[in-house]
Amino acid sequence: MNKYLERLYNGIIKENPTFVLMLGMCPTLAVTVSAMNGLGMGLSTTVVLVLSNAMISLLRKVIPDKVRIPAFIVVVATFVTVVQLLLQAYVPSLYDALGIYIPLIVVNCIILGRAEAYASKNSVLLSTFDGLGMGLGFTLGLTAIGLFRELIGSGKIFGFGLMPASYEPITIFVLAPGAFFVLAMLTALQNKLKAPSATNVTGGPAMACGGNCGECHGNACEANHGLLEAQKAAAKAEKAAQAKRAAEAKKAAVEGATKVAFDKVMEKTEGRED
Amino acid sequence: MKEMIILLIAAALVNNVVLSQFLGICPFLGVSKKVETASGMGFAVIFVITIASAISSIIYSQILDRFHITYLQTIVFILVIAALVQFVEMVLKKIMPGLYQALGVYLPLITTNCAVLGVVLINVQKEHTLIPSIINGFGTSVGFLIAIVIMAGIRERIEDNDIPNAFKGSPIVLITAGLMAIAFCGFAGLL
Repeated sequence: MNKYLERLYNGIIKENPTFVLMLGMCPTLAVTVSAMNGLGMGLSTTVVLVLSNAMISLLRKVIPDKVRIPAFIVVVATFVTVVQLLLQAYVPSLYDALGIYIPLIVVNCIILGRAEAYASKNSVLLSTFDGLGMGLGFTLGLTAIGLFRELIGSGKIFGFGLMPASYEPITIFVLAPGAFFVLAMLTALQNKLKAPSATNVTGGPAMACGGNCGECHGNACEANHGLLEAQKAAAKAEKAAQAKRAAEAKKAAVEGATKVAFDKVMEKTEGRED
Repeated sequence: MKEMIILLIAAALVNNVVLSQFLGICPFLGVSKKVETASGMGFAVIFVITIASAISSIIYSQILDRFHITYLQTIVFILVIAALVQFVEMVLKKIMPGLYQALGVYLPLITTNCAVLGVVLINVQKEHTLIPSIINGFGTSVGFLIAIVIMAGIRERIEDNDIPNAFKGSPIVLITAGLMAIAFCGFAGLL
């Protein structure tokens, strides 16, 4: 696959920040009261991610290693301010709905995580696509959760009434507790289906950020990634081994059968010769 | 005086930072395995948020507002918080080694904890002056301490319970958090 498309695929599906890496939980829980808010938050984060990834990748040979984290934070905070002012000017309704969570994009684990884990090591174009992929993955996650909560909690989708009039909205789903319940169900479902996710890999507490957004800097992502890959590889190896064993058994059985048949034929022929 | 008490209660219970504003979810879910570590984290957060509210309030009114550069607030605040945490760590190490021993491990974790930046930004948004800012910061972080300690207590209890396989680990923790959030919704009628 084309390496740029691969970055997009990686961000949207393989390492989806919301569903697989479980990063940026604060905005995920807070702004997904409606699909529109989720979409707006996701797109704002995408813009910041793309710009900051590109800028950090451009500056990766200039920024001294020792002060890279403060430098990254300043770059991210600058772009967040730009996005915040643009939203305030052109989409005031969204700006009011998202409120304090727009400036808080600065401390979103995903952005610093991608800066540290990817943009500071790769070329500008690749980093841009990585940011785009991760951002779209995040947007997808937030919009999906927002859709679900809005549909159940107020019977609407993107503000349009969809449920029949007899449907009584379960309001708790658009309130604070509903956010926790939806996420709990999501993680439980992932556990049940054994889907790849940071919350259900054996090693449990070693996964996720270990409660350490501040020190995350993408190491956690990398570690999570490593653990996931290791687990996947182990599963694959086991599957391969099983397949091999099955194939061998089958081969043996076939050989055995042919041998028996051969022996019978031989016996017969021998008998006839007699 | 009355207004201050109302502000304190509103910040700590009614608008609980974790359960109704979703700030600081990471440490809330990550460091709430044992009551001991949870309370350590909680006190470290109280310490940092209260100081950060005071300092950022002064910086906002004396520098940013005076020179009309309030649009730089996000950049300035995040750098102030990061520097402040480092500074607090060094000062504590030198002056109060006992407290440093108790809180030291948790301090670096707080650097970019979104609760700290969140409180500071709320202070600016609501145009609190110095004293209300400090009270709001203190109240918010006390709310964090309450939430994380209760959470840790519950998690210690449910550790040996028979939970369906799919709900083991983070799902049950999130459901607990949801139930706590419902309980905290009850405080909305307090004021």
